[in-house]
Amino acid sequence: MAKITYADAAKRAIAEEMRADPTVWAVGEDLGRGGVFGQYKGLPEEFGPERIADAPISEACIMGAAVGAAMMGTRPIVEMRFSDFALCAIDELVNQAAKARFMFGGQAKVPLVVREPIGMWRSSAAQHSQSLESWYAHIPGLVVVCPATPADNYGLMKTAIRNDDPVVYMEHKNLWGLEGDIDDAPAAIPFGKARVARAGKDATLVAWSATVHAALEAAGELAKEGREIEVVDLRCLWPWDRETVLASVRKTGRLLIAHEAVRVGGFGAEIAAVVAEEAHGALKAPVRRVGSPRAPIAYAPPLEDLLRVTPATIARAARGLFA
Amino acid sequence: MPSSNSAPRNFDAARYRAFYRTMWRIRLFEEAAIRAVADKLVLGAIHPSIGQEAVAVGVCGNLAREDAMLSTHRGHGHTLAKGADSLAMMRELFGREGGTCHGKGGSMHIADFGVGMLGANGVVGANIVIAVGAAHAIKLKRENRIVCCLFGDGAINRGPFMEGLNWAGVWKLPVLFVCEDNGFAASTRTRAMTSGEGPAARARALGIPAEEIDGNDAALVDETAKRLIGEVRGGGGPRFLVTKTYRLTGHTGVDPAAYRPKEEVEAKWKDDPIARLGAALIAAGLSQADLDAERRAASAEMDGAYAAARETPWPPERRAYEDVQDAGDPRVAAF
Ligand SMILES: Cc1ncc(C[n+]2csc(CCOP(=O)(O)OP(=O)(O)O)c2C)c(N)n1
Ligand SMILES: [Mg+2]
Repeated sequence: MAKITYADAAKRAIAEEMRADPTVWAVGEDLGRGGVFGQYKGLPEEFGPERIADAPISEACIMGAAVGAAMMGTRPIVEMRFSDFALCAIDELVNQAAKARFMFGGQAKVPLVVREPIGMWRSSAAQHSQSLESWYAHIPGLVVVCPATPADNYGLMKTAIRNDDPVVYMEHKNLWGLEGDIDDAPAAIPFGKARVARAGKDATLVAWSATVHAALEAAGELAKEGREIEVVDLRCLWPWDRETVLASVRKTGRLLIAHEAVRVGGFGAEIAAVVAEEAHGALKAPVRRVGSPRAPIAYAPPLEDLLRVTPATIARAARGLFA
Repeated sequence: MPSSNSAPRNFDAARYRAFYRTMWRIRLFEEAAIRAVADKLVLGAIHPSIGQEAVAVGVCGNLAREDAMLSTHRGHGHTLAKGADSLAMMRELFGREGGTCHGKGGSMHIADFGVGMLGANGVVGANIVIAVGAAHAIKLKRENRIVCCLFGDGAINRGPFMEGLNWAGVWKLPVLFVCEDNGFAASTRTRAMTSGEGPAARARALGIPAEEIDGNDAALVDETAKRLIGEVRGGGGPRFLVTKTYRLTGHTGVDPAAYRPKEEVEAKWKDDPIARLGAALIAAGLSQADLDAERRAASAEMDGAYAAARETPWPPERRAYEDVQDAGDPRVAAF
């Protein structure tokens, strides 16, 4: 067992995959200097400028070119810097990458890892803070990954790179420096397998990305009040682990979903709907969801905080399950 | 670029003395902003334009209040030069009530529609197509206003650059494009990621007359912008100006800019546009005391803005939910 940061864990996975497979390469703005968050530091030195490639400020072409390069037998890792800027490449991702395999009757494969960090990052305001994971979950053809821990950022990155379809890989900007344990010989983590981050019998709390940590804090609070909350880290939005969530809800009879994204149309709605369809009889209380108000993210810290999903807001909603 | 130590003919000392003051206002505003980041009064990113002030004053000094101007993430200088109030801007940076956007936008989204400043932008190149649309509206409404769109050298590699310039050319729109070429796009030397001859050649290829000048020479920027804006206002269609300059600080207020040699930056400080204009003013007959007085006035203004902004209350909570849109309640049981 060793310690590693969230950023370094993904980097280690990338480096290992690049050593093992010469077709893996990464492309994006400022990668030559190790990436804007330092998440590629050292890789340019090891792999050179062809495989850790700088790019112009041309998101549409970075994504589009990666689609073409993927169709031609390479495995690009596309760095979009912020999920907000990936919106400049939506056609290339949604109309092209996601659909090529299907439209062309299986002739094309688009093995692409699109790294696009999400989430609030102090006073970054409305164009640098968004969590848009549910948009991509809606698009057939895309895998959507939202790792919460360093170990997961390693194991899921491994799987993402080896995967033959486009993966929207959403790290959280606030987690880059997070330290956590990693096995000495860590394994790849399959898509669609949730992680029970804390076991409990009284209620199920589903979260992903940075919100998992807020959920764990909230569960700690509730434990002091005698409520044992099971925290499920979903890890992937597509495919998502229905079995683990349904099994947990069947055990606890209560469900709360928490995410940083806007609550309206968030992925929590999908989970709530599936639980209502599949496990209605097991529910002892109405399903609850916690998410951000449907407002752009403000810059001023006190306004930004109003939109933030916190341990306190999650705990309050969790108490509501027992009201 | 050689320093201009002698004043050219037609050197309007009174006009350039005012420019000199504005350049110091921009410089000291941004130094205050960098200090505010260090003091944890500003928590988000700021992008200083220190070293690029001549472009802001030379271009915006030729715009009328009614003219529209669209800026970038590096927009403090443009905004001050367009006439925005420094205290309202400082409050915006500090995220306070009374900021230009009620503290909701911050440095990267400063806007002051009252002086024709239609917004900084967090997305590189996004302002170009919006500027073209603003010019389109002016044309539809048969107004005499023009639009000025400023962007960096990195922005020319985004698709909206091509689309916007083409659009402006097709409709002969009243827009002046100003590419502030500081040689860098974040940590990357833009040249290394740009094929062909650069911004002016691309503009010409799209049928837009383009000029490239020393952007650290305030008087030259002024004269050139005046002429081009006259042509645009006269119905000549879009014009394109490339101003060669240099960003003397890091990309953001905290970027040590380790990707470029110290010697390069030191050499570029010798081309400081404020010092160059100061030297030209002295050559035109002003005294050092005159220059010092301008600097002192700018300094008092920005120190005052810093102190006042820091004492200004936060925006009330309702601001978080105001101006989202007319329909629906943003709060819809979020938590
Ligand atoms: C579409 C988009 N991609 C990437 C970024 C991140 N980014 C912010 S500023 C910048 C560099 C811009 O360079 P340039 O246009 O030359 O302007 P400068 O910063 O030099 O003023 C980058 C890449 C962004 N804001 N928007
Ligand atoms: Mg630049």
